Amino acid sequence: MLELVVFSLLNGLVFGLLLFMLSSGLTLIFGMMGVLNFAHAGFYMLGAYLGFSVTQQVGFGTALVVVPVVVGLLGALVERQGLRRVHRFGHVAELIFTFGVAVLITEIVQFAWGRPAKRVEIPAFLDFPLFRLFNASFPAYKAFMLAVSVAMFVFLFVILTRTRAGLIIQASLTHPGMVAMLGHNVPRVFMIVFGIGCALAGLAGVIAGPVLGTFPGMAQVLGSIVFVVIVIGGLGSLGGALLASILIGIVQTIAVALDVSIGGALASMGIGLGAGGLLHELGSVTVAQIAPILPYIMLVVILIVRPTGLFGTRET
Amino acid sequence: MTPAIELEGVHKHFGATPIIRGVDLVIEAGTRQALIGPNGAGKSTLFNLITGRYPVSRGRVRVKGEDVTGRRPYEINRRGLSRSFQVTNIFPRLSVFENVRCAILWSLGHGYAFWRFVHRDREVQRRTETVLEELNLSARRDVPAGMLSYAEQRALEIGITIAGGADVILLDEPTSGMSRSETEQVVQLIRQVTAGRTLLMVEHDMSVVFDLADRIAVLVYGQLIAHDTPERIRGNAAVQEAYLGVAAHA
Amino acid sequence: MSTPAGATTRPLAVGDTRTRRLHGCGAWLAAVVVVLLLPHVIRTPVAVPVMNQMGIAIVFALSYNMLLGQGGMLSFGHAVYFGLGGFVAAHALNQAGHGAWWLPLPLVPLVGGLGGLVFAALFGSFSTVRAGTVFAMISLGIAELMAASSLIFNKFFGGEEGITANRTKAPVVFGLSFTTDREVYYLIVAWALAATALMYAFSRTPVGRMANAVRDNPERAEFVGYSARWIRYVTFSAAGFFAGVAGGLFAANYEILTAENMGLNASGGVLLMTYIGGIGYFMGPVVGAIVFTFLQSMLSDYTDVWLLYLGIVFLATVLFVPMGLTGILVMHGAAWRARRLGRLAGPYVVTALAVAVAALGIVGLVEMLHVLVSAPPSRSTRRLFWALVNVRTIAPWILFSAIAAAGALGLRWTLPRAAAAFADASRPGPAQ
Repeated sequence: MLELVVFSLLNGLVFGLLLFMLSSGLTLIFGMMGVLNFAHAGFYMLGAYLGFSVTQQVGFGTALVVVPVVVGLLGALVERQGLRRVHRFGHVAELIFTFGVAVLITEIVQFAWGRPAKRVEIPAFLDFPLFRLFNASFPAYKAFMLAVSVAMFVFLFVILTRTRAGLIIQASLTHPGMVAMLGHNVPRVFMIVFGIGCALAGLAGVIAGPVLGTFPGMAQVLGSIVFVVIVIGGLGSLGGALLASILIGIVQTIAVALDVSIGGALASMGIGLGAGGLLHELGSVTVAQIAPILPYIMLVVILIVRPTGLFGTRET
Repeated sequence: MTPAIELEGVHKHFGATPIIRGVDLVIEAGTRQALIGPNGAGKSTLFNLITGRYPVSRGRVRVKGEDVTGRRPYEINRRGLSRSFQVTNIFPRLSVFENVRCAILWSLGHGYAFWRFVHRDREVQRRTETVLEELNLSARRDVPAGMLSYAEQRALEIGITIAGGADVILLDEPTSGMSRSETEQVVQLIRQVTAGRTLLMVEHDMSVVFDLADRIAVLVYGQLIAHDTPERIRGNAAVQEAYLGVAAHA
Repeated sequence: MSTPAGATTRPLAVGDTRTRRLHGCGAWLAAVVVVLLLPHVIRTPVAVPVMNQMGIAIVFALSYNMLLGQGGMLSFGHAVYFGLGGFVAAHALNQAGHGAWWLPLPLVPLVGGLGGLVFAALFGSFSTVRAGTVFAMISLGIAELMAASSLIFNKFFGGEEGITANRTKAPVVFGLSFTTDREVYYLIVAWALAATALMYAFSRTPVGRMANAVRDNPERAEFVGYSARWIRYVTFSAAGFFAGVAGGLFAANYEILTAENMGLNASGGVLLMTYIGGIGYFMGPVVGAIVFTFLQSMLSDYTDVWLLYLGIVFLATVLFVPMGLTGILVMHGAAWRARRLGRLAGPYVVTALAVAVAALGIVGLVEMLHVLVSAPPSRSTRRLFWALVNVRTIAPWILFSAIAAAGALGLRWTLPRAAAAFADASRPGPAQ
């Protein structure tokens, strides 16, 4: 039991930090430009597929460096040529545009790499058990994922708070007009932030590809969860995104690991649900089946009760 | 006669910053009154409090004798109070005709009906055309409101405000940004459409204020320092000090 | 997205009110006649099933535009009400087949509509509190919730296989047993016409007109006495009703409903087709639904990557032609009124030729690339434009690149001329 909890916590942490890698860029982009980048998970997927190809041709290390840069540049291009153009038509138009980009990325990926899932091998030098606890081992690759996520958070934090560029970015978050008046090229700041956000998503894709699977549906699967994360954490808040990512990562992982049905749990507490009928059907649902729904219930509840999320400052 | 608007001990702060610090104001029905004061005094905020755009932090607001503190804007509007905005707040993609018509629908009892056609209602049609005539915008009735000139939009803004037949009308800087001749036209329009109704307007143009207002209320730093006839306000030392910053001689 | 005023209620209106009304009625009548005669005119076996699909898509897309074009609400989960309506209709149809109640097939879409309405009223009670991005996100959340729920409530959703129904078991009325596609076609046509008329009527009611106002300026709407939230709620519920009607038609036509019909892909599809058609015009979604369904059914026979082309077209529409196909047509209204439309024929034909050439080249390259990257190394030929092409030789690549380049150059030459011709034709003043 303890082993289950510990490993669920650890795996949850890994998953959560991966979610953070994805959501940090998204929440920054939203906080700064008010745009919910529907295509963000698409850049993640692009990163995973490019990582697959580069790893195959050259090596994992190269992929780790090259792919985020390529994806970041693509993101900057999308912002410059596309998003900027629709910006003046309002938020709805921006959402529709990023939705279109998401569709296009999915189609391009399927076009170039085909529909079946790709098997990405964990690089040999990371493929060993890091430590053993109780009876199970914790793979080194997961520790690597943890390390990269943490390093990335530190990197972002340092850049945003200690460098001049970071201060300009922070200021543009709340007062883009004023920052422009002060002589800074705000559109370029936006483009850079968008590009960095996409680069981070691409990096997450390279790292997560071997573990979470590389298949055309991966953007859709993770995309919605990432929205949940940034909404709960607060749109525009990095700290909120971090907390929400870890929270959801752990909740999801634990819920999936628990193969208990609600009816069973209630029964062990002495509450019986009548045989047959709707309640019984509800009761036979296991916690693992509920797990995918939980984040969305949280999403809807938070959107109704507190649209700015836990730490956010703006809702639209 | 019940006063049109009564403010009792109204306070408003945003976070820790107090904007309105205890205002008691009574606007009699049927009068035309102006709310003046230096920039940042809180005039627009007071409007927003009266019309329900912001909730009051403390105090009570009464419209036509009924307590409307904390009510939503549409609830207050349905009780016969209507306001215009300093920054033009129209429906840009609808035509001028439709803009005015939207302002009339509720007052003619159409509510949320989805079982009758709006264009078949003769009364709606007639009233909209009348308002358009008054605004001098009949020739522009099919133009999308977003494409009107500034002065036309300001006129439409007033039109939307009065179309519903509200008897308490709040106008927020109706002549801002206008030339002399445009201002004169708007003053004429205001005089026409507010005949027999209660008017409270925020204005910076003193000639308009003295032209239209029966009484003037002066707001400085969120407090009412005077509420009197124009002549007495003109000679009021505190008002002069607030505007000119010097101790005035009596 | 700048659109002309009142555009959501006037399909393609010219002239004064009386001639406008006459033109409007005439157009309706013409449409009815055309639609009734269609199966007799186009006799290919695949025509009627495709037209059935179009009819369903038209109703669905129109219901979606009640939200997007008229209400300003972007939903990523409208298919939820389509699917739920369909499931309710399928269950009702099954029960009717067992004799539980009297429900002839023509009434099944109504049941679907009511199902859609109930769920829209339920979910709308909290989704419509705010508009904009929050509304979009809630709609996404609900879509995901439904997708996950479909695996839990097996009795209602039928698990992985979904729910099947049999329309021929329904009670027979007027001797119609709906065994053939053509009979179902006329049922769909009848319902599509009725639904279109009703939705058009809705846009002319107080709620419909205020929905436009709330879309433009929700705050001002509050200050003229309307609760923006209630307007959105009523619009949302009505849109859910008509989506349910489309779902019911789907159940009657295909006799099967699965969770896919409620899913994000279906919601994305209706967004695509509505937007391409033009959200600022009432007839926009109709145009979009017809074009989208046509491309979907025709193209998929010729190429694997039709969705890629559609995605490109969609993105191009968002970036360059946000008013949609209908918008392009309406843009030519000025030229039509001035009777100068004829002089556009020349420049437009040349431009169309250039576009066709460029498209030919690009499509050729894309298709060849697709074979190259995805087919096994043994396969190297593909049937392309009625010729067998070997993608592993250099010749076809050079050929198609040249064609694409020629098309692009041609466009570069004709596009400014076409634009100038359009500007000239559209200028105010008498015909010359």
